[in-house]
Order: sequence, then structure tokens, then C-alpha cells
Amino acid sequence: MASTAKSDVKVGAGQVGAVQVGAGQVGAGQVGAGQVMTASTVAITPTSAATAAPTRDHGQRRDARPAVPSVLASGGALYGAIVPVLLIVLWEVVARLGIFSPIVLPPPSSVMDRWIISAMPSPVASIATDGTIGWLLSGELLHDSAASLSRVVVGFVVGAGLALPLGLVMGASENIYRLMNPLIQVLRPIPPIAYIPLSIVWFGLGNPPAIFLIALGAFFPVLMNTIAGVRQVDGIYIRAARNLGAGQWALFTRVILPAATPYILAGIRIGIGTAFIVVIVAEMIAVNNGLGYRILEAREYMWSDKIIAGMITIGLLGLMIDIGVSRLNDWLLRWHRGLDQ
Amino acid sequence: MLDRTGISEHGMAGRGMAGRGMDGRGMDGHAMDGQIVVAGVDKVFTSTDREVVALKGIDLTIPRGQFVCLLGPSGCGKSTLLNAMAGFQLPTQGRISVSGREVKMPGPERGMVFQEYALFPWMTVGDNVAFGLELKRLPRRDIETRVDALLKTLGLSDFKGRYPKDLSGGMRQRVAIARVLAIDSPILLMDEPFGALDALTRRTLQDELIRIWAEFQKTIVFVTHSIEEAIYLADRIVVMTFRPGTIKRDITVDLSRPRDTSAPEFNALKRELTTLVMEEQARFSAAELASAAID
Repeated sequence: MASTAKSDVKVGAGQVGAVQVGAGQVGAGQVGAGQVMTASTVAITPTSAATAAPTRDHGQRRDARPAVPSVLASGGALYGAIVPVLLIVLWEVVARLGIFSPIVLPPPSSVMDRWIISAMPSPVASIATDGTIGWLLSGELLHDSAASLSRVVVGFVVGAGLALPLGLVMGASENIYRLMNPLIQVLRPIPPIAYIPLSIVWFGLGNPPAIFLIALGAFFPVLMNTIAGVRQVDGIYIRAARNLGAGQWALFTRVILPAATPYILAGIRIGIGTAFIVVIVAEMIAVNNGLGYRILEAREYMWSDKIIAGMITIGLLGLMIDIGVSRLNDWLLRWHRGLDQ
Repeated sequence: MLDRTGISEHGMAGRGMAGRGMDGRGMDGHAMDGQIVVAGVDKVFTSTDREVVALKGIDLTIPRGQFVCLLGPSGCGKSTLLNAMAGFQLPTQGRISVSGREVKMPGPERGMVFQEYALFPWMTVGDNVAFGLELKRLPRRDIETRVDALLKTLGLSDFKGRYPKDLSGGMRQRVAIARVLAIDSPILLMDEPFGALDALTRRTLQDELIRIWAEFQKTIVFVTHSIEEAIYLADRIVVMTFRPGTIKRDITVDLSRPRDTSAPEFNALKRELTTLVMEEQARFSAAELASAAID
């Protein structure tokens, strides 16, 4: 664990380092300018560089002048940005050629405009009425993101909160497993989307049907993985625990549950992913805010740039959630040996 | 030495097992404490197509404080007998009593050390050793003191906060031993505990086990298929036959410790035991060939 935690810290430090490299690049640019202008700028820059590494990069570049800047070389901090940047440039060029209507292919610059506008404070809000923070957060994008996220969280907590205990008892008890499994196997393949009509009949419009659908989407992945996780617990841990005097409760909470954690966390990760897919769909039918709703609304006006801006927000939000879950994963499984052993 | 006395006196005395007079101390008046009696035990495994008689008519009395090795080839039922003593598998016939009480389920008065270590990988070394004590609901401070003392005894103090995945096999087995010592069972059941270790680590741990056995005064039942290991460790070696598992020979080892593996007496005993074990090994091989021919 200690090593994993340490390596996490290292990753963090590495990221900081990467930022510093970025800063170093800026510094290097200044040096370039400084070389043309005065020598004193050059003398200042090394002291202003936070670490030795950027300075060394800079020195190498000045001496050897390799064709590819080190941050862009494979393993460099910006290597992964090469393809997206090229693609965006190509997209911008093609969109500006006028072959396609902006409705079919809006240029990335106008997508970016839309994105920034929607992230900005709402024009109907003001510092006077909403307070500074309220005004800053009054943008449509932030509201929609918050609405979507809160639905994911509530739906996921409901779905996973039901799936986890059920999965634990189904995994632990053969009788309960045999009792519940047929029903679950029949219900499991039905996509949550197929419940949309029924969910509206049952819960009307608004948040309840959306939460229901999201919970449904999170339920099965968590359930199936929890069952599998409990069933795969190595019997030797159970024997060792009983030998040390563990009763049923201690066996369950201190042995079976932690031993099943890697599986359960994998299920949680899949479940959150599903919840995130479902929330967008649910917002397209039942509610009047959230990112899904906003995309559909933009389509009504043929605002393709806004559609894409919304899609990108969804992507970023999904990425954030996944990074968060994976961090949690690494921390909870710091004891786990992983694939390398 | 002071801290060792601390271990045996601290925490457990007057609680748990001790309260039931099974702490393995108080020699006088508790002749049955730490004693194992196996009486007429049969164990039959039944599967859909056949029955395997793993143990047949086992009678064995192990007095308190004795170090006994169960020796034999694969399939002689030595692990089955150990598991029956631990309470993991109950005998088909006969009974096993420990400290005068019939064994019906696993329990902390019979601490088990497994070949696969069986450490809980999600717990640190310290938490693994503390586990059995937490189950007894001892005060946190007593647990800490006891765990620290045991880790020190086994040379694990620097590894308290590590997870088992970071430890070598030998270190893991030390943790497993500390874990059963923590619960202070008068009896240690060890199922080929050093089987997965390299020869040097193995010898080191054998020496430590002897030291621990002498210091903590445990009754030890130790399963092995290594003749040399059995002679090196045991007061008494019980050689078992291949299927059905019966007691082939019950030998007392009268060599003084520490034992010299190259001494003539050691080698004489080794020769004798090798003959006995190889007879059973031959039956095991024949049975293996026969079953391969059927398949």
C-alpha cells in the first residue's frame, strides 16, 4: 500500500512537474525573446525556473536543437495532445471552406464560443440580486452540469444502495441466490431506456422518472459484480478468520466484504458509467434542465455548435467522474497486488 | 527477555481462553489443557461416483507441550487429520477432543498456520496480527501493546504498516505465526507452513518456531512431507500410511536441541523414516498410475 500511495504522490508530483515544464516552456520562450533583446533576461530566467528540468530542456534545445521539442516527444507532457490539436485544426479548416452548412458542421471556434458563453454568468443574473458567488455560478452550463450531476449522484446512490446489500446476501447465501437469480437474469438484459414509457406512466414528469431510470442503470452492474465478488472470496480467508474466532458478522464485514471489494468497485465504476449514459437520455424526455435537455433544446433551434458544446461538457464531466472513481479505487485497493504479481 | 514475559503475561491472562482454563499455563491441576485426544477417528469423503477413506481408525493422544510432526506422502490424510483437529472437517466416525472438550467447529484455542499463509491482504501486518484480538473485544491499548510485542519477537516491527503483498514468503509466514500467537491458543496446528519457502528461509523459521515453542509452551501439531524437517523439529513423529490414512509408526525423537542435521543419530533416524515413508510413497505412485490408466 505504502508503495502505491507513494506512487500516487509521485504521479501528483509528476503532474505538478508537468505544469512546471509548461511554465518552463513559457520561460524558454522568454529566454528566446531575451536572447534577442538583452542578456539580463537570460540571466534571470534560470533562477525563475522552478525546477532544474525545464532549464535542462531549454539548454538542450539551445545546444542540440532537436527537431521535436521534448514536451511533444513520445513520453512528453503534450504528446497526447498532438492528435486532438491536429484534428481540431483540420475540422476548423474544413468547416471554414464552406462546403458544409454550419448546421451540419459548425467550426470548433464557434463551438468554443458557445461553450464560453454558456459557462459565463447568466445575463439575467446580477451581483446585486444573486451575490457574487451566485452570479458567477449563474451560467447555464454550470446549472445544467450541476443538475445532471446531482441526478447521477442521487440515482446512483439509490441504485447501488439497493444493489449492494442484495448482491452481498445473494453472493453469500445459495438459497437467496437461487430464489432471486431467475428474476434478475430476466430483468437484467432490458436496457433502462426501455423503461422510459413505463417510468413516465409511473412517476409522471420531472426528476422521479429520471432518478428511477438512472438507479436502474446503476443497479445491475453493481449487483452482478457484488454477487461475483462475494462468490469468488477464497475459502482460505474464511477458514483463517473462523480459526481466529470470527463469528458470522465479523466474517462478513471484515473478511467477505473487503475481499469482494475489487469486484464491487469494478461494478461501481461500470454502474456510474451507465448512470451517466442514462441521465442524458432521461433528461431528453422528462425534465427541462440538465445537459441532455440542453442538447435537445439546441437541436430545436438547429444550434449545432451548442449541441457539440453540450456533448463536450458531457465528455469532460464523465472524464472527471471516472478519474474520481479511479482515484477512490486506487485508495481503497492500495492493498491489492494488481496484475503485476 | 522482559518484553517476552510481557507477551505471555499481558493482555490475555484472565480473559477469553484463560477464563476457561485453556491458556496453556497453570500446568498443575490442568493436565488436559492443551492436550489433544483423537479416538477412533475415520474420515470418509463421498463424491457422486466414489468414496475415499482418508482416515481409518486413528487413535492418538498428544500431551500438552509436545511437538508432533505428522509425516507421510500426499494422500496419507495428514492434512485431513489436522483439519479435523482444527474443526474445519468433522470426522465421519470417532471423536477429537482438545483440552477435554470435543472439537465441533473451528476456534481460537486451536490456532492454525496455513501453507498459503492466508493473511488478509486488505489488512496491514499490524491489523492482521490484531485481528484475533479485536474479535475478543480487548481494549485498543492492550491490543496495541500485544501486537507490538509480538511483531518485535518475530522481527516484524518495521513491517507493521505494510500490506502482505509487499512481503516475502518468509515474512508472510512470520506474520501468520504472530497472528496465531496473538490469540494465545495453547495449540498450534501447522499445515506444511514452510513448504513454499526456500531452504535457508525455511531453516531460519524452523529455528524460530523451536524458540517460540519453547518460550510460549505450545502444543504443536505440524504436518510435513519432509523427513528432515520432521526430525529437526519434532519430539515425536507420526508416520501415516497412504489411503486409507492410518498410523504406520509412532516414533519418539530423543535428540537434544539444537539438532545437528549431519549427526549420525540424525541420519540413522532419517534412514529409518525414509524407508517407512517411501513404502507409502510407492503405494501413492501405484495408485496414481492406476487412476491415470482408468481415466
